[in-house]
Amino acid sequence: MASISQVTDLNFDSEVLKSGKPVLVDFWAPWCGPCRMVAPVVEALAGEYGDKLKVVKLNVDENQNTASGYQIMSIPTLAVFKDGQVAKKIIGYMPKEELKKRLDPIL
Amino acid sequence: MDDDNPTSQIYDVAIVGAGPAGLTAALYAARSGLSTVMIERGVAGGQAATTHMIENYPGFPDGVAGPELMAQMQQQAEKFGAEVVQADVDALELGGETKKVKSGSQEWAARTIILAMGAYPRKLGVPGEDDLVGGGVSYCATCDGAFYKGKKVAVVGGGDSAIVEALYLTRFATEVTVIHRRAELRAAKVLQDRAFNHEKVKFAWNSVVTSVEGEGILDHLVLKNVKTGEETELKVNGVFVYVGYDPNTALVKGQVGLDPHGYVVAGEDTKTSLPGVFAAGDLRVKGLRQVITAAADGAVAAEQALRYVEENEA
Repeated sequence: MASISQVTDLNFDSEVLKSGKPVLVDFWAPWCGPCRMVAPVVEALAGEYGDKLKVVKLNVDENQNTASGYQIMSIPTLAVFKDGQVAKKIIGYMPKEELKKRLDPIL
Repeated sequence: MDDDNPTSQIYDVAIVGAGPAGLTAALYAARSGLSTVMIERGVAGGQAATTHMIENYPGFPDGVAGPELMAQMQQQAEKFGAEVVQADVDALELGGETKKVKSGSQEWAARTIILAMGAYPRKLGVPGEDDLVGGGVSYCATCDGAFYKGKKVAVVGGGDSAIVEALYLTRFATEVTVIHRRAELRAAKVLQDRAFNHEKVKFAWNSVVTSVEGEGILDHLVLKNVKTGEETELKVNGVFVYVGYDPNTALVKGQVGLDPHGYVVAGEDTKTSLPGVFAAGDLRVKGLRQVITAAADGAVAAEQALRYVEENEA
């Protein structure tokens, strides 16, 4: 999986909340250095989890309703949604193996 | 990813970390003809890439955005043939003739190693801090400042970083309180003047944060005046921590000499306690940690690596 699809305020409901499987949302913005560090890790995770996990990105600058609705106050934030609910929020950069350790128990 | 390194190439120099020190080392090493690989866990730039504006790097009278300067440094290093690899290094073998950099199943072998892993922001280390990271506690104003439009924030610290970021935050917040343990700032005079003359910037002098309070979302900070012992509450929506840095040297502990704070002991020649291993930038024991002093270290380290490779040629 090369590129991760972007979700917006408009399709957040259908793409994330009503998704049939868990969704990892990468909340990011272009001005955020650590977000660029996380991006390749998120891409790698998408490849490794395959069908178990849907992975999308949300630009907080362009989609402020969703970002403020979920009280995103620090980016990067990786949030896992299960059945329309936030099951896990992970804040800041961490290496891939560390991320997997935190994600595995909820997937 | 397992067969990324099918060859058993031995590089002349492997550089760990791609901040200003690593990037400059890569530029100098590659330009002097050394085969050079630089391994970075994220994107090039390190701390400088999260600094919104760098005003004291010579050659940029109007300042330069941190990410932009770092991207240019990377381009320049790559132009001369340095290989930049994205991987999270988890082990370093620094002894012996051939040294190794490892990340999971990947491995790079090199005759010399330049350590340029930099430093990371120190935490306050007070109750509530960890729980409220992402709920109002932040270590990156450039990343998170925009979430505080029309809100009140605090900045902890009195050095250049603290004041630069406090001034940056005035673009969004209605009030920025600088909390500092002393009665005067360490920041450069020009920054101090700007902060003192800014109507949105307030100061809590002789004060330290003793706890961070809130349920999921930051509600207030508890401050203690170090002179009088008096405790007060400061209601803010966000707190940005700039109380210094710790060196990123866990991987080399026990291999090269470190000082009691974890900085690599090496002089201006960047030589560590191990032959062929050099330390450049913020992780080295030194007086002034800036982009330009990191870059200077990078140049020196590359020159030392070149000498070492020439002297040890089989």
